[in-house]
Amino acid sequence: MSAREEILARIGRAVAGAPDVEIPRGYRVRREVDASELVRLFAERVDDYRAIVHVVAAADVSATVDACLGERKMIVPDGFDREGGWPDLRTADGVITGCAVAVAETGTIVLDHGPGQGTRAQTLVPDYHLCVVRADQIVPGVPEAIARLDPSRPLTWISGPSATSDIELNRVEGVHGPRTLEVVIST
Amino acid sequence: MSATFLGMPGNFPKNSEKAVQNSQLRFNLRKATHTIRGKRASVVGELPDWQELRAAGKAIKDHTLRNLDRYLLQLEDAVTTAGGAVHWARDAAEANRIVTELVKATGEREVVKVKSMATQEIGLNEALAQHGITAYETDLAELIVQLGDDFPSHILVPAIHRNRSEIREIFLDKMPGVSADLTDDPPALTEAARLHLRERFLRSKVAISGANFMVAESGTLVVLESEGNGRMCLSLPETLISVVGIEKLLPSWRDLEVFLQLLPRSSTGERMNPYTSMWTGAVEGQDFHLVLLDNGRTDVLADEVGRQALRCIRCSACLNVCPVYERAGGHAYGSVYPGPIGAILTPQLRGMSSELDASLPYASSLCGACYEVCPVAIDIPEVLVDLRAKAPHAAAEKAGMKVAGWVLDDHERLAKAQRAASRLRKVVPRRLPGPLSAWTDTRDVPEIPEEPFRDWWKRTGGGASEEAE
Repeated sequence: MSAREEILARIGRAVAGAPDVEIPRGYRVRREVDASELVRLFAERVDDYRAIVHVVAAADVSATVDACLGERKMIVPDGFDREGGWPDLRTADGVITGCAVAVAETGTIVLDHGPGQGTRAQTLVPDYHLCVVRADQIVPGVPEAIARLDPSRPLTWISGPSATSDIELNRVEGVHGPRTLEVVIST
Repeated sequence: MSATFLGMPGNFPKNSEKAVQNSQLRFNLRKATHTIRGKRASVVGELPDWQELRAAGKAIKDHTLRNLDRYLLQLEDAVTTAGGAVHWARDAAEANRIVTELVKATGEREVVKVKSMATQEIGLNEALAQHGITAYETDLAELIVQLGDDFPSHILVPAIHRNRSEIREIFLDKMPGVSADLTDDPPALTEAARLHLRERFLRSKVAISGANFMVAESGTLVVLESEGNGRMCLSLPETLISVVGIEKLLPSWRDLEVFLQLLPRSSTGERMNPYTSMWTGAVEGQDFHLVLLDNGRTDVLADEVGRQALRCIRCSACLNVCPVYERAGGHAYGSVYPGPIGAILTPQLRGMSSELDASLPYASSLCGACYEVCPVAIDIPEVLVDLRAKAPHAAAEKAGMKVAGWVLDDHERLAKAQRAASRLRKVVPRRLPGPLSAWTDTRDVPEIPEEPFRDWWKRTGGGASEEAE
């Protein structure tokens, strides 16, 4: 008998006669929240993680991004509308991306590494990440985000810069992954 | 389970007696657990639907376990369709064999690892070492434990038993290339680890991970982390091998909406942990292998009372709230899984034939704080009591319990016993002899009245005739 067959058989014997279970879903899903409130809450929660947040009108995004980036050598992924990308991942100062969806309640940005969002390595190796989030991409909470995402795509959920509390439970920011996260919310 | 934990000496009472003398450990643990308790309470309190999420989490896990075979087959199909390979391992030895062969097939002799309790459980690092393959831990705490040649003492913060100067010593001693004037400031220590590991990440070809969740419907694996070493290991190397316990399964994509709220708030007390990676099959040109691990889980599944332990999502909220764990620390449990969840999972996975494992269900005052904070509502006290009944008991204890049961079972016998005790109360010792002394070592023999209560009640008509006097 193969391992597969044996494990499946053991499971069958183990649960034989056990009752099945109904799943109660009384938690909050599919909330309706005012757009400006979503932007406000999202900005507040991202700021809580010590990321740098800007809320600007769509027309001002380009200028704001220029100001944030300064002289940095930036990775500009395929599909992101911006000139002057740096060609080498290892020596780049940072990466700029859009996102797939953003979660207001938890201050989370989700990348699905589609157009304009870079590969997983591109958003991980550089020390600085600037993410442009459109207001219409912000949803109230985790259930709404899960509903909008495609499970067949690789997904990276980002909530602030990297951190560890392993040394005496003292939170230290910036381990692996970008130590600076800057978010430009476009309204 | 792990070779490193097999043959751990003693039993929980002896180990914890030693541990409570270690004031550094107690200081670290107290600070850590009290801090995290506050954070957890705060972010859980923010959610108006926490109990509904908890009920859903419990039900989703129970439903999955009830239909585990069906969902595992669905998972296998989805992962394979997405270009991954699925392997099944009945026990630790088989899992280690499979992983070793997979690594050998790549020709690499070094692998990087994301923290995985399942791989600790099976002693993977040691098994690979026997075949000349070095596994480098990349999680900061696991790195500290590995360099310090030590054992993890907590599920979430495995090096919590170490303070900063001890960590500095370990880095100075064992970390190649570290500067001699390294301070014990946590940011400096973290920076040293960052530089040390970065080169390794960028050149490693093989990574080994676990997973927090697997979604049967889509074949997606999910890893939650804080530092970014997970992302490094999962996305940079050409070959990824994930070893995951079969109980980590969820039926559908939608179910993540519950667990991504339950886990971060319960474990690190955050609204969301910094990084969560999700991937299905072979991604961005990688080779992906999933090793499904049984290793005693189907035995736990067969136990009607004990199977709820398989709901565990490894958040460690129970450890952080447990008054026993706070004082004894993780090493006293002699297992990869310490604390309240360890006290019910370890004896079920390993059996209770060793003195240590048989003592674990007793590593508790049954206060129930763990049950209150468990995000999937595992009734840990219920399982502890059930395991105590199943644990091996000395013949004298069994006989004593039988006699006690016989007396208490019948009110005439009980009345006779109480009258006898009242008559003899002046000669009943504070400390009972022989095997019964274990009972009185930790309990006071109650004050025995002149007259049993029921007799007094009958005689005085419920105190009426005494009042009249």
